[in-house]
Amino acid sequence: MEKFEGKSIYNGVSIGTVLFYGKADSNVKRRTIGEGEIEAEIERFEAARIKAQEQIHGLYEQALKKVGENEAAIFEVHEMLLDDDDFIDTIVDIIKTQKVNAEYAAAVTGDNFSKTFSSLPESDYMHGRAADILDISGRVVSVLLGVSREPNFEYPVIVVADDLVPSETVQMDKEKLLGFALQSGSTNSHTAILARTMNIPAITGIRISPAWSGRTAIIDGFGGAFYIDPDLETIDKFKKVQEREAEKRLLLLELKGKDDQTKSGRKIRLYANIASVGDLAAVLANDAKGIGLFRSEFLYLESDNYPSEDAQFKAYKQVAETMSGKKVIIRTLDIGADKQADYFNIPKEENPAMGYRAIRICLDRVDVFKTQLRALFRASAFGNIAVMYPMIISVDEVRKIKLIVKEVKDELDSHNIKYGNVEQGIMIETPAAVIISDLLAKEVDFFSIGTNDLTQYTLAVDRQNRKIDALCDTHHPAVLRMIQTVVDNAHENGIWAGICGELGADLTLTTKFVEMGVDELSVSPSFVLPIRKIIREIE
Amino acid sequence: MKTFDYTITDEIGIHARPAGLLVKEAKKFKSLVTVTLGEKTVKASAMALMGLGAKKGSTITVNVNGEDEDVSAATIETFLKENL
Repeated sequence: MEKFEGKSIYNGVSIGTVLFYGKADSNVKRRTIGEGEIEAEIERFEAARIKAQEQIHGLYEQALKKVGENEAAIFEVHEMLLDDDDFIDTIVDIIKTQKVNAEYAAAVTGDNFSKTFSSLPESDYMHGRAADILDISGRVVSVLLGVSREPNFEYPVIVVADDLVPSETVQMDKEKLLGFALQSGSTNSHTAILARTMNIPAITGIRISPAWSGRTAIIDGFGGAFYIDPDLETIDKFKKVQEREAEKRLLLLELKGKDDQTKSGRKIRLYANIASVGDLAAVLANDAKGIGLFRSEFLYLESDNYPSEDAQFKAYKQVAETMSGKKVIIRTLDIGADKQADYFNIPKEENPAMGYRAIRICLDRVDVFKTQLRALFRASAFGNIAVMYPMIISVDEVRKIKLIVKEVKDELDSHNIKYGNVEQGIMIETPAAVIISDLLAKEVDFFSIGTNDLTQYTLAVDRQNRKIDALCDTHHPAVLRMIQTVVDNAHENGIWAGICGELGADLTLTTKFVEMGVDELSVSPSFVLPIRKIIREIE
Repeated sequence: MKTFDYTITDEIGIHARPAGLLVKEAKKFKSLVTVTLGEKTVKASAMALMGLGAKKGSTITVNVNGEDEDVSAATIETFLKENL
């Protein structure tokens, strides 16, 4: 047994088998081999190639069942490419003549073939195949290195990785995720937020090793520790912790169906944050009284191209209908900074947190924005939908948005398409918005404070930078005063104000927030009942 | 040795799936198959064929050499007409 100290991302204990999730390409090292090793190295490559082909065949069958023959065809092509004589001969040749390891030979060959394709003039099709070649050579390398590239697993696992990008975490099958153990993910990263949303024990800051794959491990999210090959005594100890936690949750379930009301009768809107339609089950299970933040960007991150109006409409409609009349606040596209979708083609920026993101993209690419707004308004006919806009810094932006909204409504009217009465709100997540919140309040129906970005911008602390995690103090008086200012300005102008950032789920602050006059708290579903318990105990 | 020319009619040229299937057809026979476009001549492998960059309207020259070259060339020609 070996113990590693890290930093907790989400409380909870998980016990299970490790799956080492790596990006193969970055790990490929050139290693010279002896004359006598050449045969064995070629055999290693051949075995890996066949294994890779089997994996792809598995994907093909899966895709065939899930999405049909057309979409599955790409895997058939991958299978064929892995059978290609030219490709195989080149790799074998490199191993033989350069006397190098199979990983290196496969990676170099993949790169070269891919470059040939991407340099073919005027052929988008061939450029696309360049990516396929990299995909298959990368798969062979992964097999050789013994790392998994599949975000979906056959059995429940503890995922060990350096870091994960949101597009990777969203693809993972939540049912089969026992926990995350990361090396360099920040506790404030989106992967961390996702872990909290999905109720998954997670820690970061441990030195990871690919050799852990397939071995038993424990994540102790309470103590911020990771155990590899734990002894029976340790497993026993943590099983007991798991049981105690389960009992606690049972107790909380007794709070289901109860009001979110203080003893003196003040009602708080206790809503849940969701990232996809799949999170609805957790919202219902935890009895949230509405959805305070639906992160619509996940529709964009999950897809390879701009999601169509109809695809979005379906998702919004489903959420609205499932919540049957309860409030559903959908935040418009908040992409950029640490959440990137390739097809947006946003160039790399020096300072993305302060860059081209969120409403700035929407007001620049009005076509993309209008598609989303049309989907939202159409869906509003099927439930109680409200919309809010992220990253606002000026009254001018809000007025521009209102003009675009009016255009969208006029278009819908002219086609006789019905829509509901959609409340319009804004996220308060920049110090600028806080300071002019008295002016902004006259333009909108509600405020929702995004504490993650507000903290980062107020304290000038990059929340992606693990070195300064300690400075990212969300309890800083500056942050709390900001919140108070926003709430006061909202009330003076007759609108309501809530918190949808991570801080809203900070149980040590719930009482303070209620005292400060916060009207709404929107939190990860798993925090709804613990917060209800506290609210009901406030005088 | 059998040689024939064929002009590609497929909108995107020689693409992955037919290239792979063409190679499968060629492998059913013992003869060696090479394909020429302009100054490039390649053995019949899916990646090499795609790498020729043949587009709609490109004329390729197919060369078949071996004991069963007649039937092999005929099979490949039929395949090309039906698929590319």
